Amino acid sequence: MARLNEANAVLAKEIIGRYPRPRSATIPLLHLAQQQDGYVTDEAIKHIGELVGATSAEVLGTATFYEMFKFEPVGKYLVNICGTMSCALLGADELMHHAEHKLGIKAGSTTADGLFTLEHAECQAACTEAPCLQVNYRYRYRVTPADLDKLIDDLSRGRLDGEIPPHGTVARVRQHIPSDRAVGAVAPEAVTGAPEWTPPSPEAKK
Amino acid sequence: MSGTIYPHAVGFVAGDRPRIVTDRFQYHDAHTMERFLATDGYKGLRAALAKSPTEVHDEVKGATVLGRGGAGFAAGVKWGLTPQGVWPRYLVVNGDESEPGTYKDRLLMELDPHQLIEGCLIACYAAGLSQCFLYVRGEMALAQERIATALNEAYAAGYVGKNILGSNFSVDIVLHWGAGAYVVGEETALIESLEGNRGMPRQKPPFFPAAIGLYGKPTIVNNVETLANLPWLMRNGVEAYTAIGTATSPGTRMVAVSGHVKRPGVYEIINGTTTFRDLLYGDEFCGGIRDDNQLKAFVPGGGSAPWFLPDQLDLPFENKLVSAAGSMLGSGAIIVMDDTTDIPAAALTLTRFYAHESCGKCVPCREGGTWLERIMRRIVDGHGTERDLDQLLEVGEMICPGAFPHAASERLGLGAVPFPYKMTTICFVGPSAYAPVHSALTLFRDEFEAKLVRRNLIPVTVGAGDDPH
Ligand SMILES: Cc1cc2nc3c(=O)[nH]c(=O)nc-3n(C[C@H](O)[C@H](O)[C@H](O)COP(=O)(O)O)c2cc1C
Ligand code: SF4
Repeated sequence: MARLNEANAVLAKEIIGRYPRPRSATIPLLHLAQQQDGYVTDEAIKHIGELVGATSAEVLGTATFYEMFKFEPVGKYLVNICGTMSCALLGADELMHHAEHKLGIKAGSTTADGLFTLEHAECQAACTEAPCLQVNYRYRYRVTPADLDKLIDDLSRGRLDGEIPPHGTVARVRQHIPSDRAVGAVAPEAVTGAPEWTPPSPEAKK
Repeated sequence: MSGTIYPHAVGFVAGDRPRIVTDRFQYHDAHTMERFLATDGYKGLRAALAKSPTEVHDEVKGATVLGRGGAGFAAGVKWGLTPQGVWPRYLVVNGDESEPGTYKDRLLMELDPHQLIEGCLIACYAAGLSQCFLYVRGEMALAQERIATALNEAYAAGYVGKNILGSNFSVDIVLHWGAGAYVVGEETALIESLEGNRGMPRQKPPFFPAAIGLYGKPTIVNNVETLANLPWLMRNGVEAYTAIGTATSPGTRMVAVSGHVKRPGVYEIINGTTTFRDLLYGDEFCGGIRDDNQLKAFVPGGGSAPWFLPDQLDLPFENKLVSAAGSMLGSGAIIVMDDTTDIPAAALTLTRFYAHESCGKCVPCREGGTWLERIMRRIVDGHGTERDLDQLLEVGEMICPGAFPHAASERLGLGAVPFPYKMTTICFVGPSAYAPVHSALTLFRDEFEAKLVRRNLIPVTVGAGDDPH
């Protein structure tokens, strides 16, 4: 399995429907594929291309630009340790060394049990909480080596299952626009005049 | 480490200051519809809808709501730049916050998503924008969840969508999210990304979003904090807004102070009058440098900004004064370095960031950034030579020809070179890779020299023709 499954294909169509042009849904659909399989497969790329009207090469070209998309399996938990200035000033390097030691892997690789992938990350917008890290894009602040040990242990034992979904799922809540409330997306070419509530434009008065 | 969400970023509730965008942060349930409605929620929208779009636009112009995303351009003026009679027009909300040191938009999205939604609606109403895309950084899971929840509630309650509050004002707000690329925060790259492409900036001119933006149509790109100001402005009026701060920098702004201070945090400060000294040393703010150390230098406006020294502490948060002093206020992010800081190593972390985030479209950025990073790495690792220091400046000259802005220093007998700089690149990522290198090298050259390989002290065996000197 690697194309979007039936339920996700329905969701994909709903997402596409919100945009004036289908291709705008490319990144959200890549996330959907990654949520389904843990990484973005070739078949999913092809399927997304079919759905948004792009070639596989175009979808792949977009996908590879963005750090979050993975094209081979990664650990259940992606641990991103920030190393940009604010964190670096407060011990990010030491934290990374500690994590490498604790997990027995180098940054950029995955533990043999497939549980953890460790990565260097850049600024995570938590600079006042340095050093910080994310596990599957959930934050941990002012992390000490002891905190990190406990975090890894808790994750290994499934103690944080409720809080941290497996890699691939980012937001667990989705937007749904009820059809009776939606204005609806219109192709830009199809819009000719000003929206209803705006004052008549000079052209309209002529 | 704490399991709670905001253990320390609570600076905003300390002190007795006006709070335009962070007032609800005092409630643990600020993100819920109940709390929002109980604390004046959507009253700004109602006030706006009671007026004509032109009147609302005039108020935003009158209040001089400055953009909080980096460039500091007045929102009301920007909205007026769309070409006459060209439709549709879109709103793209920039929630891609990723400039090093910057931490405020995420708080606004996570803690008070309805306030942002209300701000988006007011902007769409005033500027005739018929669809809104709220672009949230990909790595911000909680912000995405909170906004999705808030939007679902707001749609159900009739605040967003068709015929809002029974009026003829109708707009969809679509939550969109990225996938990790700093440069996408640049507005034209944001638009490329939203069209489903690689997030590479477009050349301006001609691609000013207000004229040629999303799908080639007029598009307003505004920062999250900029829009979050609008509900308060609508509820309280222009006079109340401009009574805070100065005529050229009215209102408040959110500032994140990180690094070597006693109380790092995010603070909503009065614009135009609060000084860096107030912020770094004031009791209601950061309370001084950690361990009562001496301040060595600080980045005043996000990782892209040239650095300031203690000499500049008494400058207020006023764009013009800060530019004249050789830097910029940028995205409201201060990174503080005390006297224990290894300056070249600190600068390297920023240069590495920008080199890594280059989209590759311009040669001086793609190649120059990588060169800067490699040379800096060599110096920090103790393998640098005198020639490397010159080379840093030569590479910089290729990205930014001419004098590069820097701060004045009494210690060095150095005058300020004012902002801005010339550049050979499409966007600011290239120059940003150079800014920390230039500041560090200009203001702390001795620290670089101390790290160089000293050939006269270390006996080295040099093979024939090996020595470049
Ligand atoms: C490389 C680069 C990154 C940027 N990143 C952001 C960002 O993350 N968030 C943001 O609001 N503006 C960012 N900007 C500024 C935007 O291009 C744009 O000026 C801003 O979103 C406009 O909103 P404002 O007028 O409300 O400030 C960035 C600019 C550059 C050159
Ligand atoms: S300056 Fe760098 S990031 Fe910006 S467009 Fe050029 S190559 Fe891309």
